[in-house]
Amino acid sequence: MTLSDLTGNSGGWLDPGESDNRIVITSRIRLARNLRNEPFPGWAKKAERVRILERIQPEVQVLAEMKDGCAEGLGELSALDKQVLVERHLISREHAAKGAGSAVIVNRRQTVSIMINEEDHLRMQALRPGLQLASAWKQIDRVDTALEDRLDYAFHPRLGYLTACPSNVGTGMRASVMAHLPGLVLNEQINQVIQAVNKIGLAVRGLYGEGTEAMGNLFQVSNQTTLGENEQEILDRLGKVIGMILQHERNARENLQARRSAALLDQIGRAYGILTHAWSITSKEALNLLSLVRLGIDLGLFPETARRPVDGLFMETQPAHLQKASRQKLAADERDALRAASVRARLKALPPPATGLLGSDNGSPEENTHE
Amino acid sequence: MQCDVCRENDATVFLTQIVDGKMQKVNLCEPCSKAKGVTDPTGFALADLLLGLGAAQEIEQGTSEQPRCAQCGFTVGDFKKTGRLGCSVCYDTFGEALDSLIKAMHKGTRHTGKVPERLRRVLELGDRVRGLREELDKAVTQENYESAAALRDQIRKLEEEVPA
Repeated sequence: MTLSDLTGNSGGWLDPGESDNRIVITSRIRLARNLRNEPFPGWAKKAERVRILERIQPEVQVLAEMKDGCAEGLGELSALDKQVLVERHLISREHAAKGAGSAVIVNRRQTVSIMINEEDHLRMQALRPGLQLASAWKQIDRVDTALEDRLDYAFHPRLGYLTACPSNVGTGMRASVMAHLPGLVLNEQINQVIQAVNKIGLAVRGLYGEGTEAMGNLFQVSNQTTLGENEQEILDRLGKVIGMILQHERNARENLQARRSAALLDQIGRAYGILTHAWSITSKEALNLLSLVRLGIDLGLFPETARRPVDGLFMETQPAHLQKASRQKLAADERDALRAASVRARLKALPPPATGLLGSDNGSPEENTHE
Repeated sequence: MQCDVCRENDATVFLTQIVDGKMQKVNLCEPCSKAKGVTDPTGFALADLLLGLGAAQEIEQGTSEQPRCAQCGFTVGDFKKTGRLGCSVCYDTFGEALDSLIKAMHKGTRHTGKVPERLRRVLELGDRVRGLREELDKAVTQENYESAAALRDQIRKLEEEVPA
C-alpha cells in the first residue's frame, strides 16, 4: 500500500468512531526528537540529511505501531499528495516543502504520523478524534519509548530533549486541540477568549497552524511552552482550559438561542440555502457555511444523520482532497464548480432547518460533549 | 490597553521578555504584531527580536571573530538569521546567550518531564554515587575507616554499572 492509496481513502482521523466530537474535533500530540551530535535538518548538508534519514527510517518502520503503515520520501511524493497530507494534518506545511532527504511514515489507521527531517530529525504525532489527549499521549509516548532504545537521542540533563528551535526544548511536546467554536464567533466573544487563553501561556491558531486563518470557526489551542512543566502537567493545563472554552461555547450557544434566535436562524438558513443551491463555491466559503450547518445539527435543527456527511465535507471540500477525488488537475474555477456540485450531491437529502424547534418551550437538545 | 507601537489600536498580543534579569512587557495590536512578525513565538522573528534586544547582539559586536560550535560550525550570527540552532552541541557552545532566551520563552529553566530510560538509569546511578561520596568524606573525617572502606567498595561497584 502506498501513501497515495492511503490518502485516496476517506475516513482517517475525521471518523469520530465512539468519540464525541461535537465541539472538539481532534486532539493531537507531537514530540520533537533529535539525534545526538548530528546537525539539525535545517543546518545539515543534503548528504548528511540523507545519511540521518537512512539511520532513522528503518528503526521507525519496524516499530509495532508502524508495521502496517506506509513510508514515502518527500522527494517522491507529488505536490497533490503532499497537500492532501497537509489537509489531513498528517504532515506540516513546512514538511510539505521538503524534498529528498526527508520522509513521512503513517500507520494504516492514520493515527500516528512520523516526519523525518522536518525542523527536527524526528517529529512524531498521534491524532485522535474528539477530546482524547490522554490516549494520544499514551500512544506517542509508547512510540517514543520504543525508539529511544534504537536511536541515540540528544538529551540534556537540565534542558531535556534538545530541539532545533529553543522554543521546543524540554519535553519537545506540543499538544493541540482543534475545536469548532461558532457560538463564540457569532456571539462576538471569540477574541476575548483568545486573549484570555494567550495570557495563560497557550496559543490559539487557525486551521493549519501557525499564521493561518481561522476558517470554518475552527481553532487550534495548544501549549506554548515546553520547559519547566512535565508532560502530564502540560496536558492537564491544556485540558482544563479546553474544558473552560467548551463551557463558554455552550453558554454562547444558549445565549444565541435565547436572545438572538432570529439572527441565528437567518445565518443557518442562509448557509443551508447557499450550500444546497450554489454552482460555484470556494473552499473558504464552503467551510464557513458548513460550520453553520454543523452548528445547526448540534442545535437539533437538522437530523443527526446529517452529521457524518457534513463532517465529511469539511475535508472533502479542501482543494487537494477535491482534486484527488476527481483524479485530475483542475483550475480554480473548475474546482469551485466541482466543489459546489459535490456539496449539493452530499446534502441532497438534507431537509431545510426545522425552525419550529428553536426557542420552543421544549428547549434545545442538550450538548453532551465529554470533558 | 493601547498598542505600544502605533498607540491607536487595542493591544491583543502581550509579550513578556526578560532582558538582563529585568522583565519587560510589550503590548501590541494585531496589525503591529504581524508587522513585527511576532504572531508566534516559535517563529524566528521573536527569537530575533529578543536576541536583538538582548545579550546576543553584544556578543556579536564585541568580538570580531564569532565563536563557532566545535561540532557543526554554527555561529550566533547564523542563529540570528534562522532562529534555529545547528546541532545539539550548540546548546553547550552558546549556553549563556541561550539561557536568557530560554528563560524568557518558557515557564521554567529545568526539564521535569520524561527522561530516556537509559539516561535515567545513568543519572540515578550518578546521584547515588554522589550521595555515597558525601558519606565517604564524612566517614573519613570521622576516622571511621571501616565504613569508609565499605563505602568505597560500594562506589566502585556502582561505577562499574554505568554504561559508557
